Amino acid sequence: MKRRKFEELFFKGLMLLATIIISGSLFLIVGTIFYKGAPYMNLDMITKTPGGGFYIGKEGGILNAIIGSLYIAGGATVLGLAISIPVAIFINMYINGKTFLVNTLRMAYDVLFGIPSIVYGAFGFLIMVCFGLRASLLGGIIAVTLLVIPILVRTLDEVIRTVPSELGDATLSLGATRWETAKVILRQIRPGIFTAILLSFGRAIGDVASVLFTAGFSDNIPTSLHEPAASLPLAIFFQLSSPVAEVQGRGYASALVLTVIVLIITILSEICIRKFYKQKA
Amino acid sequence: MYQEVLQTESVAAKKTHISVKGLNVQIGSQHILKDINIDIPDKKVTSIIGPSGCGKTTLLKTFNRLLDTSSDVKITGKVLVDGENIYDPGIEVTRIRKKMGLLSQRPCPLPMSIYDNVAYGPRIHGTRKKAVLDELVERQLRATGLWEEVKDRLNASANRLSIGQQQRLCLARGLAVSPEIILGDESTSALDPVSTHIIENLFIKLKEKYSIVLVTHILRQAARISDYIIFVYMGKVIEAGPAEQVLQDPQEELTKQYVKGYIT
Repeated sequence: MKRRKFEELFFKGLMLLATIIISGSLFLIVGTIFYKGAPYMNLDMITKTPGGGFYIGKEGGILNAIIGSLYIAGGATVLGLAISIPVAIFINMYINGKTFLVNTLRMAYDVLFGIPSIVYGAFGFLIMVCFGLRASLLGGIIAVTLLVIPILVRTLDEVIRTVPSELGDATLSLGATRWETAKVILRQIRPGIFTAILLSFGRAIGDVASVLFTAGFSDNIPTSLHEPAASLPLAIFFQLSSPVAEVQGRGYASALVLTVIVLIITILSEICIRKFYKQKA
Repeated sequence: MYQEVLQTESVAAKKTHISVKGLNVQIGSQHILKDINIDIPDKKVTSIIGPSGCGKTTLLKTFNRLLDTSSDVKITGKVLVDGENIYDPGIEVTRIRKKMGLLSQRPCPLPMSIYDNVAYGPRIHGTRKKAVLDELVERQLRATGLWEEVKDRLNASANRLSIGQQQRLCLARGLAVSPEIILGDESTSALDPVSTHIIENLFIKLKEKYSIVLVTHILRQAARISDYIIFVYMGKVIEAGPAEQVLQDPQEELTKQYVKGYIT
């Protein structure tokens, strides 16, 4: 009897410990960034581009990286969506007779989902070399698009599969074509599409490896697709590698900016997911 | 008694609307429907009855070629609608489907307003004029007895309606593309008794203009509203005939057992 009670307590303790480690490390990470970055956080950081000598501790901010990251993540998400929505509809509505093909496609995007982003970066870089492109906003967008497509397709595919088959049956039996039916289904899953967008954006904005070779880095805000673009993850990396304490502090402040952006996106997508499932119920 | 005889005769005399000849359906390795030969009369309520999994719904879905959308389906044989084989290779599927309104088990409003739900069908078939659509929406909502309940909130989301109202909306949506046939797949099984009653009465009223084919596993419902009954068991049509005859005086042993409740 004593042994069973001990077991119960022991494993309960272990679970509690694991939970504390997880929530504790989240708290520690956010806490560290905040503690180290907050003193260097000021309006200049988010409203100015690096001035001369920014990287040895003089005036300026990381607006170039903020805007660059938003451009890259936004562009990649839009481009990715334009490719993923047709794929998800095609898988679910046009080739449903051929189970083997559907399963193969689903496996393909699951594999793509697991590929490390540095591989997408390298692949994107190869494509750029082929087309004679230099490190640029466009290059970054292409590489990050490759990265987010599997996320988008997977999310959209799952969301479309939750739509009851009666909805498609209803429009089809009114004499709608499959494309007209697809439009109704897309309308039904609007919150789901929004969730996919946010997930993709969140992943895109934080990824460093895919933009490392492809987007380059610049102290200016890019004014065309062919100019190199800075990104927040790279800005953090460069500043943290500096020996100057002031610059390192700004690195943490940049991390704080990125974390806040990602946090906002996560909270928004959480709200969307809840709304989507509530609407279904 | 006199009425029964009259009814029986009129069923026999009525012309056929859907005629199924040698229909076989295989899904994957399963033989779902086996050599089906039946005639469905025009402007009558025909019920397909049988235990769960016997192939009732599959049979219904072959009528508007909705079965085509499932995976791994093999269909052989003919389904003649107005004498035209809908499985002919050259047939335009959307035109066939437009001929038949489908009322599914659970009501499934489109993700749009009440008005747009009814107007959806006519719109995809090319009706754009607002006055025409307005008139059509009102007419179909009146036909399903929904008009008085929703006329002040036509722009509200269809999902806000009660389940019973949603099902009537789905019926109105189907009627809006002027079909000739209404297919009902256990259309009342998700509804409360009052809504069920309303829908059943609608079917009886609508048979003046439409041929109605219903799948049901509720024998009492089949008895209440059908003129004609088809009993399906294990993918085969066991018995088909006027409702009174099939329910009161079945000719086949299996039908007798089913009607008495021995097979479920």
